Amino acid sequence: MTGWLDALIQGILLGGLYALFAAGLSLIFGVMRLVNLAHGDLIVLAAFIILLLAEKLGLDPFAAVLVAAPVLFTIGFALQYALLNRTLGRDLLPPLLVTFGLSIMIQNGLLQLFSADSERLRSGAIETASIALGGGIAIGVVPLLTLLSAIAVIVVLNLIFYRTPLGRAFRAASDDLEVAQLMGIDHNRIFATAMGLAFVVIAIAALYLGLRANFDPTIGPARLLYAFEAVIIGGLGSFWGTLAGGIVLGLAQTVGARIDPEWQILSGHLAFLVVLGLRPRGLFPRAVD
Amino acid sequence: MRDGAPQLQAYRIATAGPGSRAALAIACMILILLAVLPAFAGRNLIQDLIFLFYMLALAQCWNLLAGYAGLISVGQQAFVGLGGYILFALTLLAGLDPLLAIPLAGVASAVFALPTALVVFRLRGAYFAIGSWVVAEVYRLVFAQFKGLGGGTGTSLVPSITSNVLGIEWVKSMFDVRTPAARDIISYWAALALMATTLGFVYVVLRSRRGLALGAIRDQEAAAAGLGVDIYRLKLAVYVATAAVTGMVGALIYLQKARISPDAAFSVLDWTAYVIFIVVIGGIGTIEGPLIGAIIFYLLQRYLADFGAWYLILLGTLAITVMLFAPRGLWGFVAERYGVTLFPTRRRLVSGAGKGKGG
Repeated sequence: MTGWLDALIQGILLGGLYALFAAGLSLIFGVMRLVNLAHGDLIVLAAFIILLLAEKLGLDPFAAVLVAAPVLFTIGFALQYALLNRTLGRDLLPPLLVTFGLSIMIQNGLLQLFSADSERLRSGAIETASIALGGGIAIGVVPLLTLLSAIAVIVVLNLIFYRTPLGRAFRAASDDLEVAQLMGIDHNRIFATAMGLAFVVIAIAALYLGLRANFDPTIGPARLLYAFEAVIIGGLGSFWGTLAGGIVLGLAQTVGARIDPEWQILSGHLAFLVVLGLRPRGLFPRAVD
Repeated sequence: MRDGAPQLQAYRIATAGPGSRAALAIACMILILLAVLPAFAGRNLIQDLIFLFYMLALAQCWNLLAGYAGLISVGQQAFVGLGGYILFALTLLAGLDPLLAIPLAGVASAVFALPTALVVFRLRGAYFAIGSWVVAEVYRLVFAQFKGLGGGTGTSLVPSITSNVLGIEWVKSMFDVRTPAARDIISYWAALALMATTLGFVYVVLRSRRGLALGAIRDQEAAAAGLGVDIYRLKLAVYVATAAVTGMVGALIYLQKARISPDAAFSVLDWTAYVIFIVVIGGIGTIEGPLIGAIIFYLLQRYLADFGAWYLILLGTLAITVMLFAPRGLWGFVAERYGVTLFPTRRRLVSGAGKGKGG
């Protein structure tokens, strides 16, 4: 019984990580209907940037992410402004192909620069610290921080979307791009800002990716799939839905792993397909698309 | 024309364009030449051509899916792997001849494609792309569980299977070669037949009434629906048909490789990314595009693959550049400029009464 309860708790905490992966994807889809196939590889890229900063500047990863965030915001802004904005339009193929090409370029670029070795972000005692809940169940501090950070990211994103002029512009561009343009919104800048913001979320996701487990240049695509599944399970257009989707996915994986360790990833995918079969618009749908 | 009546210009509908009849004749000649090639060619060339043929067949399938039916799949490796594994199961476990197992792998892929489609068709556009990828991962993880086929590490075809392919004795005496070379020649013919059939199939489909409907979906899906095209059924038919061909190609690929593992058989890079790059660089939405793209890809692979990661970075850059600056690919650029078409599928109005009929 304790084992199952433990699996449930670990599943919810793992869901926090998947929600962080998914929040950036959800954000850029919400604003500009862009499905970024390089999202997972960008998370891995960010993890390597944090690693590099931590090593070169002698910083703790939690401090390195503060340095990495503005750098990543700039990269995201530039990427959207210079490249991805050109691909947006009625045709679906250009954004998909360009981000798919980027995904392969990032993977192989990282492979060339950092080799295929597994890396990890080191942060001293906090990595292994845990809080005993009694009854033989303990929760790790890092997994707990991951979930709390996911909640914080979603609260902040909701505040930006619904309480600021920038968020109003995001929602306007999302609802009706042409009318938004007529109202004087420079959609190229708005989209680039949204991508910059998504890259900051990616930096936070990368921090916990690197603290919780090993990473190497090839693991990006699997992270993209988890992020995508969390978004679809939760329902498009709602950040809280994305959190719920991440938790459903995390639970499915840990419960599957509890039955047979080899089934962890498979049971996550199957949970996604079941939700898709029963509720194609996700558990908490908002957007119509 | 009757006297006094206004002069009416007669029109007919034609599909053939300048050069296309000559192209058909040349294509037939090339096909015959390729069929007798093993009599003169060395083993390296035969192996290279097998690779070129199966990549071309995969590219034609993906082109039909994405370029016409609007189904941008990133999960076609599901059917390559499925076909490969079914060939291994039928030959290793059921003792069937590999050449008979290839068409059965196609049938099985179509059978699996139907329920797969029912799930992934719930996702639209870009979501379909990632959804199809998830399904391919599910196939990979499920096949890794089959201990009889080597589980996660994979398995090999035993020599007694690969050396006793139907017709191998005849090839050995005919071309006076040893068993491995004779195996390659049979795989080569199978690959050639599969590639030519795929090309012919895509061409016939696109010239038919359904092809017209597919072109309409490609150009404007909502308008096509408005004109009475049953979009769901047509997309489903294309998805299942391309899955069948992709499964047969997969079976052939792994018969040739004689070794299979889940990670290789369901590789998104080998069986989908390369294929997408071939179609996009050559020109999506045309039959000629994948042909050009496959030849370019073959040359790049042959001369640059040793550069490893740099080669893949170059390939990604090339695909992005083509998509941004020449979205219709190299063939689109040529066709627009010179008005040539080798495999005419477009219907054009031609003035002057004639014997031609609408294709």
